[in-house]
Parts: sequence; structure tokens; C-alpha cells
Amino acid sequence: MVSYRTPLGRARGLGSAKHGASHWVSERVSAIALVPLTIWAIYGVLRLAAGDYGFAVHWVQSPLNATLAVITLAISFWHMHAGLRVVVEDYIHKTLTKTALLLLNLFICGLAGALAIFSILKVALDAGIPVGA
Amino acid sequence: MTDAPIKRREPPKSPHLVTGGLGSPLLWRWHITMWTSILHRATGVALYVGALIVAAWAVSLASGPETYAGFKALLGSIPGKVVMFGLTLSIFYHLGNGIRHLVWDTGHGLDVKSANASAVVVFAFAAAATLAIWAIASQTGAL
Repeated sequence: MVSYRTPLGRARGLGSAKHGASHWVSERVSAIALVPLTIWAIYGVLRLAAGDYGFAVHWVQSPLNATLAVITLAISFWHMHAGLRVVVEDYIHKTLTKTALLLLNLFICGLAGALAIFSILKVALDAGIPVGA
Repeated sequence: MTDAPIKRREPPKSPHLVTGGLGSPLLWRWHITMWTSILHRATGVALYVGALIVAAWAVSLASGPETYAGFKALLGSIPGKVVMFGLTLSIFYHLGNGIRHLVWDTGHGLDVKSANASAVVVFAFAAAATLAIWAIASQTGAL
């Protein structure tokens, strides 16, 4: 049987053009990365909770802690954004409300993630400069 | 041809609403796997707030000793501790159940019996790990 439809015409409305699984995959990849990072972070919070400001600065200035903290923050905010996006898409069906909440989710994750990572880097790279100078 | 009124049959009821008679249980009930699913989302949303608290912690650290001491005092207050305890439960639950989901993604453990058993394991893990972490925290002066 000869079809006169173009490949584009056939594909339209049929869903994914090869990147449909990327959201699903990125959620899993970030989840796998977060398993060890979360355990490290809980250990870090336990130590930081027992220490004062000086200890926290010292802790963040260790290259290993600074690197793992930045990676954990970046992946966490990425994972959170993906997770809450699904929650919004599942429960909110009014286009305007849904779009507003999806944008809000993106902006909150972007802003809070950037603030957190910048703050960690600022403290980590402040080595040698007296506090308050 | 008769004028007898057409007898309408009672439309079938959803089985979810039907009982087998007085005293018999409803067919619909809460399953443990429903709880694990709902709690995965709920703890995910709680951890969203938790991550914002972590971001605030990092900003307070970069702002200097006074701000940092104030932020630590806030987290160390009774309401702060309640929030931190809830976040500890949430993170261990979401971690355990997340691993359960990753195992499911490989195609394993999807039958009813395994899913029910792994649900119990995840609840037990979340409770035990939370209590262990808070016990360690009380021993190391973190509280």
C-alpha cells in the first residue's frame, strides 16, 4: 500500500522524537548518584551540627568536602526540579496555573541551587583571608 | 404490544463499593504499597523544603560568624529539631524507597509479595536509621 503521508506528518502527534525518555533517564541517573552523596551529606551534617563557625569554615575549605558539597547540591536541585515537575504535571491541569508553577519550580531550584553553590565556593576559596577583613 | 412499563435494570455498581453483605469487609482497602507510593512523593516535597534549608545554611556560612551562629541556634531550637527530625525520617525513607524503585526499574521485585515485603523493609530501614543517627548525634554533641 502506498502512503502519501510524509514522515513528519506520520510522526506528528505520536509523541517522542527520540528524546522522550530523557526526563525519565535523568531522574534515575541523578537518583543513583545521590545514593552515596546523600550518605556522605548526612555524615557531614552530623559533624557540622557538633561544630561551630570555625569548624564549618575549616570543613568547607577541604577540597574533598567543597567538591562533594557542590556536586551534591547541583544534583539534588536537579533531581528536586525533576521530581516536583512531575508532581505539578500530575495534579495541576489548568494551563496557566500549571505553567506558572512549573516556572516557579524551575526558578526556585535555579536560584537556591546557585546561591548555595556560590556560598560554598566563596567560603572554600576564602582561605587565608581573615574573617571580616 | 403491551403498555407494561419497561422495567429498568439496576445499573451494575463498581465492585469498590460493594460488600458481600452485613459485616463483610469492603473489597477496597489501603494497601501498604499505596502508602509507600504516597509517602515517596510526600517525603520528596518535604526534602525540597529541606534543600532550601541547606541552601540557607550555606548562605549563612558565607555571611559570617554572627549570621551562622543565629542560623545554627534556629535549627537547634525545639521547632528546629522537630523539622530536622522529620527531614531525617524523610531522607532515609526517600533513600530506601528510591533504591526500591531503582530495583523495580531493572524488572525485579515487582510481584505483589515482593513489593509488600520490600515496603516493610523500607519502613523498618527509615525508622532504624533515623533513630541511629539521632542516637549518634546525642553522643557526639550535635544536638
